[in-house]
This record gives sequence, structure tokens and C-alpha cells, in this order.
Amino acid sequence: MESRIQHIFLTMLLVLGTPGVFAASGSTDPDELELEPLVVRELARRKVEVNKLDQENFEIGVLGGLMSVEDFGSNVVVGARIAYHVTEDFFVEGQYGKTTLGQTSFERLSGGAQILTDDERDMTYYNVSVGYNIFPGESFLGRNLTFKGGLYVVAGVGSTSFGGDDRFTINAGVGYRLIATDWLAFHIDVRDHIFETDLLGTLETKHNIEFSGGLTFFF
Amino acid sequence: MNGKAGYMGKWLALSIACLLLAMPAQARLLDIFQKYQPELVVSDPYIEMHTGPGRGYPVFYVAGQGDHIKLLKQRNHWFKIRIPRGQHFKEGWVHVDQMRHTLDLEGNEIEFGQVALGDFTRRRWEVGLNGGDFGGAASITGYLGYALNQYITLQLEATQILGNFSDGLMGSANIVMYPFPKWRVSPYFTIGTGIIATKPHTTIVQAQDRRDEIAHAGAGANIYLSDRFILRMEYKRHTVLTSRDDNQEINQWKAGFSIFF
Repeated sequence: MESRIQHIFLTMLLVLGTPGVFAASGSTDPDELELEPLVVRELARRKVEVNKLDQENFEIGVLGGLMSVEDFGSNVVVGARIAYHVTEDFFVEGQYGKTTLGQTSFERLSGGAQILTDDERDMTYYNVSVGYNIFPGESFLGRNLTFKGGLYVVAGVGSTSFGGDDRFTINAGVGYRLIATDWLAFHIDVRDHIFETDLLGTLETKHNIEFSGGLTFFF
Repeated sequence: MNGKAGYMGKWLALSIACLLLAMPAQARLLDIFQKYQPELVVSDPYIEMHTGPGRGYPVFYVAGQGDHIKLLKQRNHWFKIRIPRGQHFKEGWVHVDQMRHTLDLEGNEIEFGQVALGDFTRRRWEVGLNGGDFGGAASITGYLGYALNQYITLQLEATQILGNFSDGLMGSANIVMYPFPKWRVSPYFTIGTGIIATKPHTTIVQAQDRRDEIAHAGAGANIYLSDRFILRMEYKRHTVLTSRDDNQEINQWKAGFSIFF
């Protein structure tokens, strides 16, 4: 009797356990392993995100040239500039420059009288301007050379410091940007820096022309 | 001695590094940083490739429907693309308007978002410069703003004041409130406090440098122009808290441009 009940239980156990046993024996079959790879390769479904692209709207560089300061002669000027191109047409630009003032005619002729000390002859300026590219496009030199670039006009405000004082300065000018590669450009620039000063007695408006060449990098 | 040599060495290394970065051969080295250059498919009948990023540059090549192109970089509204042609490839600039119908490799549309009024409303950082009149003297102001939300911006401001008799520097911290941030012409109110340092010109005799606290309130408007450009106009009334018996009141008017990010 007891062995009969045991028999029934064992049978039930066997019947219930069968699928598991079969499954276990199935998974050891090498053929089936190949049919079901263990790692499922996911498709590369990465969305294209345009704003992750390399954006090159900034331009940074150096400049050098001549600056003529009214009454004080022309001297070498060096400087740096940074620009942000807001659109294809407009850009904003910051510029900093440094030059040394020469002697006025009065100082030379009077023989010894000095209006400014040596330290006061160091002149620095900074300005912030808005620029507009007026004639963008290609230019040609001879038969075989093509350059990308174009003219731009700039105007802005800033400050000029010399003789111990700062002066509010308006600047305006025109330049040519020659784009050598995507990231390198050459500049030729003519700018007028206009300020008022009473250094030589009466308050006068002075026009100071700067002629410079420069090198900039887009990044 | 040693410290000076180390300092010199650092400068030398820095300048050499700068030089190396500037050399074209090193452009390849920089590519290690793996620029993001996704591949797309042209779905319009054709797209025009210009020689440069601007309408002034001529079309020199046309990519046709089904062509695979690689996006290299962006400048303003122009994209530089590369298209394989046999052993070689062509590279040119395409305007965003012509890119709008390109698809990714699985045929999905791509968003070529353009900065618009909505971005102006949701701007986070803002830098700007403006010039104007500060109680009869010229003033140049630069500022940096950070938006806590659409309605309130914290702002740091530096102003150079250039008069005929004295120069000055003013630094201040402000809170700016925009009651209607979604408008293209968005008015605002501002209050703030700071320090003003005044230096009389060298041609003026018997005058002293001064440093005073200053408080101000003002109103203005931001006018959204296009892309990331804002035109900004402002009036401020400053109270200089002098050490003398009475405070000095100064009116400031200014206008300028700002860029937001």
C-alpha cells in the first residue's frame, strides 16, 4: 500500500518535472546554442544631433601696424582681437592695442620741454565694435589664384589711455578679411580712432588713423 | 634662480604648445579628440555645395538624391559637408535651408533647429556691451547675466566712465526682472548696488581720487533681433552715497548689443 502511494507520487513528480528536464537537455544541444546567440546586437539608433557639431563662430587673433596719433607722430602698434560671428553678415568684435607716442613738434623745437613723461607716452586702447561684411565672396589674383574673403565695415566705442588719463573713443573703419583655410584668415584694416583731449591747452577732437595687418583663427 | 628658470620654462613650453596648435600638421593630432561628424542621406532632388560659408561664394558642386554625406562642421547657417566620389571626396558648404530635408541613415528626419524667439525667452547666459551718457560723461558698460528663470536674471556689471574732467570705474551687482519674457520687445526693471571710483584728470589741479558706494534703480527693454542678437536700451538713476552731507544723483542712459547662449 505504502509503496503504491509512493509510486503515484513519483509518477506525478516525473510528469510535472518533465518539461523542465526536457528544457534542460535541450539547452545543452550545441546546435540550438548557435541558433540563439547569447548577446543580441543592438542597432545603432543614435539620433543625429546637429547642435553637437563643431561650431566655428569665434575668431581670435593678433594685429600689428602703424598708428598715427595726432600731434605725436606715427608709431608701431600691436594688438589682439576677438570676434563672434552672430550671423553670416554681422559680427561683434573686441580689440586691444598698444603703441608709444612720439614727440610733438613743440617738444622738438623748444629743445628740452616735455609735455609727457616716458611712462605717459605708452598708449593703450580697447574698443568694442559691431561689424558688417559688405562684399563677401571670392576675389581673384591673376589667372590661377582664387581667394575667399570680403570687405567689412566696423564701428564701435572704447577707451584710449595715455598721458595719465582715459578718453572715450569712437572708432570706425574698413577691413579686408582673406580666408586662407576654414580656420585661418588674414586681415588688412584701416581704422580711425576719434577722441577729445585738452592735453595741449584747448579741448580738441583728434583723429588717429591706424593701419594694421593681422592674423586670426576661427574656432 | 631655480624658480625663475622654472617660470621661463613654463612660458617656453606654453609658447611652443601654442605654436604647435597653430600648425596645420597638428590638425590631425587634434582629431584624436574625435569630432562629432554624423552621416546623412540627401532626400531632396539635389543640394548645392558652395565654396565657402556664405551666399557670396559660388556653387561648385551638387549632391544628388540618395547621396551619403558627412556633416563636418557648422558656421552660422552653413554646414560643411563631405561627399565621397570614387577614390576622392568633395567638400563644400550647404545652407541650412537646403539641409532641412536630409535624413539620417535610417530615414528619420533631422531637426536643424534655428535659434529663434523661443530660445531668446529661455536664454540662460547673456553677455553684452553698451555705451551711453552718465551724467554728462560718456560711459561704456559690459555685463554678464545669468537667468534664474524666465523672469529673474542676476547680473554683474562693469562700467568705465569717461568725462572731460574725470574718469571713473563702477562695478555693480543687479537683479533684473522681466514681467513679459515671451515678448520680442521685452521690458524690464532693475535694481542694484556697487562701488564707483572716480579719478580727476591730470589737467585738473587739487582734486582727489574718490571711492563711494552707489545704489541704482532703472528700467529698460531687450529687443530680440535675430539669431543670438539682442538690442538693449536702459535708463538708470544712480544714488552715490558720498561721505559729504548730501548724496549725489546721476542719470544714465545707454544702448547696446547683447548675445545670449
